[in-house]
Amino acid sequence: MRSLSAVPKRLAQSLGWIAQVWRSLRRSRQGTIGLIIVIVHMFIAVASPYIVPYAHHDIDGKNRLAAPSAEHPFGTDSFGRDLFTRVLLGGRAAIGVALLAAAIAVLWGGLLGILLAFIGGRVDEVVMRFVDALLAIPGLLVVLLIVVALGTEFSVLILTLGYAYGVSTIRVARGAALGFVASDFITAARARGERKTNIVLRELIPNLLDVLLVEYVMRASWALTAISSLSYLGFGIAPPTPDWGRMVFENQVLLAVSPWGTLFPVIALASLIIGINLAGDALSKAIGLDRSQEAPT
Amino acid sequence: MVKLIVQRLIFSVITLTIVAIVVFAMTDLLPGDWATAYFGRWATEAGLAAMREEYGLNRPATERFAEWLSNALQGDFGASLSRNEPVVELISFRLRNSLLLGGLAALFTIPLATLLGIIAGLRRDRTPDVIISTGSIVGMSTPEFVIGTLLIWILSVGLGLFPSITLLNPDAPIADLLPNVVMPTVTLTIASSAYLLRMVRTITINVLTSDYVEMATLKGLPRARVVFRHALPNILLPTINIMALMLSGLLGGTFVVEVVFNYPGLGRALVDAVSFRDVPMIQAIALLWAVMYVFFNLGADLVTTFLDPRLRSLRG
Amino acid sequence: MSQKLLEVDGLTTGFRTRAGQFVQVVRNVSLSMGRGETLGLVGESGCGKTTFGMTLLGHLRPGGQVLAGSVRFEGVDVFDLPPDELASIRGQRVAVIPQSASSALTPTMRVGEQIAEVLTLHLGLAGAELEERVLELLAQVHLPQVDELVRRFPHELSGGQLQRVAIAMGLAGRPELLVLDEPTTGLDVTTQAHILDLLREIQESTGTAMLYISHDMGAIARVCDRLAVMYAGEIVEDGAIDDVFADPVHPYTRGLLGSVPRLSYAGLPQAMAGRPPAPGEDAVGCAFVPRCAFADETCRTIDPALEPTDRKGKIRHLVQCHHWQRVVASGPSGQMRDLKAGLDQDAEAEPLLELTEVDITYAKRGLAALVARWRGEPEPPTTVSGFTITIHRGETLALVGESGSGKSTIARTIAGLLPPRAGRIDFGGQDLASTVESRPAEMHHRIQIIFQNPDASLNPRHTVKQILDAPLRLYFEMDGKGRLDRSGALLEEVRLTPRYLERHPGQMSGGEKQRVAVARAFAAEPDLVLCDEVTSALDVSVQAAVLELLAGLQADRGAAYLFISHDLAVVRAIADRVAVLYQGRICEVGPVADIYAPPYHPYTETLLAAVPEPVPGARAQLLAKDVQEAEPPARGCCFQRRCPRRIGSICDDETPPSQLAAEGHVIRCHIPLEELRESQVDLISLSSVATH
Ligand SMILES: Nc1ncnc2c1ncn2[C@@H]1O[C@H](COP(=O)(O)OP(=O)(O)OP(=O)(O)O)[C@@H](O)[C@H]1O
Ligand code: SF4
Ligand code: SF4
Ligand SMILES: [Mg+2]
Repeated sequence: MRSLSAVPKRLAQSLGWIAQVWRSLRRSRQGTIGLIIVIVHMFIAVASPYIVPYAHHDIDGKNRLAAPSAEHPFGTDSFGRDLFTRVLLGGRAAIGVALLAAAIAVLWGGLLGILLAFIGGRVDEVVMRFVDALLAIPGLLVVLLIVVALGTEFSVLILTLGYAYGVSTIRVARGAALGFVASDFITAARARGERKTNIVLRELIPNLLDVLLVEYVMRASWALTAISSLSYLGFGIAPPTPDWGRMVFENQVLLAVSPWGTLFPVIALASLIIGINLAGDALSKAIGLDRSQEAPT
Repeated sequence: MVKLIVQRLIFSVITLTIVAIVVFAMTDLLPGDWATAYFGRWATEAGLAAMREEYGLNRPATERFAEWLSNALQGDFGASLSRNEPVVELISFRLRNSLLLGGLAALFTIPLATLLGIIAGLRRDRTPDVIISTGSIVGMSTPEFVIGTLLIWILSVGLGLFPSITLLNPDAPIADLLPNVVMPTVTLTIASSAYLLRMVRTITINVLTSDYVEMATLKGLPRARVVFRHALPNILLPTINIMALMLSGLLGGTFVVEVVFNYPGLGRALVDAVSFRDVPMIQAIALLWAVMYVFFNLGADLVTTFLDPRLRSLRG
Repeated sequence: MSQKLLEVDGLTTGFRTRAGQFVQVVRNVSLSMGRGETLGLVGESGCGKTTFGMTLLGHLRPGGQVLAGSVRFEGVDVFDLPPDELASIRGQRVAVIPQSASSALTPTMRVGEQIAEVLTLHLGLAGAELEERVLELLAQVHLPQVDELVRRFPHELSGGQLQRVAIAMGLAGRPELLVLDEPTTGLDVTTQAHILDLLREIQESTGTAMLYISHDMGAIARVCDRLAVMYAGEIVEDGAIDDVFADPVHPYTRGLLGSVPRLSYAGLPQAMAGRPPAPGEDAVGCAFVPRCAFADETCRTIDPALEPTDRKGKIRHLVQCHHWQRVVASGPSGQMRDLKAGLDQDAEAEPLLELTEVDITYAKRGLAALVARWRGEPEPPTTVSGFTITIHRGETLALVGESGSGKSTIARTIAGLLPPRAGRIDFGGQDLASTVESRPAEMHHRIQIIFQNPDASLNPRHTVKQILDAPLRLYFEMDGKGRLDRSGALLEEVRLTPRYLERHPGQMSGGEKQRVAVARAFAAEPDLVLCDEVTSALDVSVQAAVLELLAGLQADRGAAYLFISHDLAVVRAIADRVAVLYQGRICEVGPVADIYAPPYHPYTETLLAAVPEPVPGARAQLLAKDVQEAEPPARGCCFQRRCPRRIGSICDDETPPSQLAAEGHVIRCHIPLEELRESQVDLISLSSVATH
């Protein structure tokens, strides 16, 4: 039995690392703004069912295409549904799908990329040629095909996007891992006679966590774009679940009559993705620095 | 040099073969065959059987793949299921339209993004950089359909400058298409400039902080010579490969924009084909895009090898 | 001379850190140089040498700022000049020769053009005149085939050739002052000796003043007339080189000079305690206090000033120390200690590791080889060939040779990381499997490696505790408590406290990191430790301490070392036997005393002659030709292309015989031993006297 007392210490160490990343994020103004935007969105995503004034399918027959008012803060759509309610609820599904899909992508793509870099040789060469070929087919097309064949259940969307973004994560993770695979501390571990799984888990992966973290943030933002675009095209999150992408599509033709149904979902979606990217950008900048200089001596 | 080109070509052929297999597999092997997909809920046993017979769907997949590939190599992608016309005829004008859109977007994107990226890198952390970099994050983050929708709202609904959606047939003359291509081009330029710009900025910063640029400055050379003679070639060389990726994205990833503006290009056709389960059409368009992707990457590799003295002598 | 060429007055420069405060890098430096003067600037890594050197061209790296003082070139403050006037000084009046020419030359421009642009800009040359002058400059730095060379790109030249091109580029504008920033660091000792000779020659023929920045006392001794010593951004001593070397006054200078290993003594010098302060760790008083044996209350509270020592017979010897009189009175510094003293050398020790006719190649095999051949990649030559050597229990066998001679390759093969193509390896009398994976688990702990650069060999994400835990967990059945205790004890053994257990490598100095790497190797209780250039990345002031540590551990634990190094002075101090390697072939092998005395193998002879000893005015006597060897010759002697004693076609055609010069001392050369003995001088005793 490995001693349990090591666990809190490990935890403290990794928390220390997170705290450090957090501090460097906060140091950049862009990062702070991005983080605040993301936190607000996450709060809304979690809390919206309890704070929205109507149900998303409630129809106010007298008020169709209404402009914002006290009764309907964002106005109503062509059916007379409350836009405030629908906008607050409209991110939940997309955000959930994007976060899970990005997690799956980084998990399998990242792991495979790291393993390929570590194994090297012919296996690496053959698999990478295959990955290159997969990358030659536009990712959204693959997703479209699979979704059309298998349906638009959340699980399908998540797995499909997770697969598509995983393919490109392989490249990134492999590239980052290659920088370490040839380094002396890995050579030292090999010369010591460490088992391969130990080398990957103990020596290699801790050095790649930050790359994978940045990768996760970026993939999450792209997956959000992708799922919203799919919904816009009619292949994503299906009605009646409210969704920003679909709302833009539904209300776009009425832009001349009443822009509110398009404008509010657009603002919600764009602000979230911009927020994620601002935070992700600051994060990678913070990590790209020589962190050894930051450490207290 | 010749050897290198031959080698690259062989690798491209290998890649394309894998692509062909994947495209075929994905359209063909997913649950349900064409016939069930085509008839959907209205399928009858008799109808299915007739169709399977007609298209030879009862034969093994490998056999059908071989036939499809050899036909495709001869430029025959079969007949569209939804239109009952040869796919090639349906595609050709749309390909022209997509190339027009993608080409115009590239024409604006490449110089614009490169220039802005270099300016941001040169003025790192100063006002121009902050504006350009923040702008590029916004541009990069905003989904294409959002940019498109906003453009429609402002430029056509608000100002009435351009038609909001295209109502032309795919074979309309280019002159007629031109007013319709403006907003899709602007949308694509905004969305794809951001990526290229950020890459160019990073490369610029790396080159400018390199020892050789510092050395050139310390030789007393004027700033212009340092930037244009010492730094610029080293900035542009690694950019070529990124441009190739972007180009293939512009020519092959445009379906969202084409749908937003109802633009009669390949992307629009693809989305329709997917809705109608028009398998031959999907296969043809997917393969066409992959070919473009491989072609641009090949081109970029060869151009870089030709221009970069290090690669030139390394690979003989 | 009424006006000095260069006058630096009270110069302080700093950087703004991300936390927002200023960190001083160069502190209150005053210094002047006359025309044609050659001034050496030494100091440990990070003390601000480069930063200072660049200010002479009015240049600061990004984020840098002048906080006080001035740099006046012929009376003009370079930091007051408008950009265009500053540019006209750079390259024409003051030129810089960079540390690493391979990264300082623009990769996309032909070398000829990079020189030509200086000539066009500063001298207004054009056309045929321009071309002619470029060729002249390249010839002046002794580059071969200049007509063809001008058209090459930087990556098509060797390190030594690149450095020569950089020198030609610096000379192009006919500057009055050259700033040379470590121009030979990273070059092989032979190439370095050639470049140093060239610099001296240029100085004599052009009368250019030079500021020679280096951490290498020996290199400075060959080029400079005057020496300034920098510590923590301050000049602490400044005087004629003979005076400073013969009679150093500042405790730091004495420590630094005393810590340089010398060819002429068989022992190891004294290491200096402590480490320099990091920039920003400014305290009141003298910066050297924590490392100084003479420090007292005055030193802690009052900044010493740079003042003349006014001793008779000395011209202008300045020192920045309150108590220099006391320091001088304390007598000569730098005790050399013989690491071997007191150890009885058991010549009959049993063999531990035996390599027999080992060939190693990086060539690909199987399908990959076919693909490589088809791609037209040249077949890599056999990196190591016919390598036969024995390491006995508890002894230190040194492997010396230039970079690329295959030293690390051999270590990798012994470690089981790179299987040999042919030959046999026995360990403890048994056949040793060629890969780690195929060796039995109980074998693993017996062979350990220590690498050159501890930054790369310690996982940056692990704490010292995790680093030491790895071998303990792997090799021994111990519980967590046992491993923790053992780790603490190991740290004590390498003279670190258990406080270091929770630190990450990024929080330690280079010397401390290397100690942790040593501790990790010894945690395994090995029989053989492969030490691959273990002190090359360290400052001299800490190098001695690590070497002493290794010697002490060997005495306690009885481990054998394969000690790989390019530094012949270090090898002399630590090795029992030495094998000299050239292009993967052994030229000479024997007990350390025999290697460092005639007869030498011609290659060993050139290596020894090239070592710059910290003796002012010393010059290399006989040097190997400075040509880049792409691959070993197919037949004959491996050294044939560069050998200054080559006797004829026999060297090209026939493998030289192994001549037994003394017991266990083998020289592989066609020249008979008698002849070698007669024609060679004792380079070691020679190197301790100046040859003006
Ligand atoms: N641009 C910069 N920003 C912040 N700190 C810097 C910068 N450049 C150098 N420094 C710091 O200033 C100190 C002196 O650096 P400098 O390069 O002058 O030292 P050096 O004596 O030349 O060292 P070496 O022997 O390693 O070349 C170092 O601690 C370095 O980390
Ligand atoms: S001033 Fe004091 S601490 Fe500084 S070097 Fe002199 S004696 Fe040592
Ligand atoms: S054999 Fe010939 S070339 Fe080789 S070292 Fe002896 S003299 Fe020189
Ligand atoms: Mg330096």
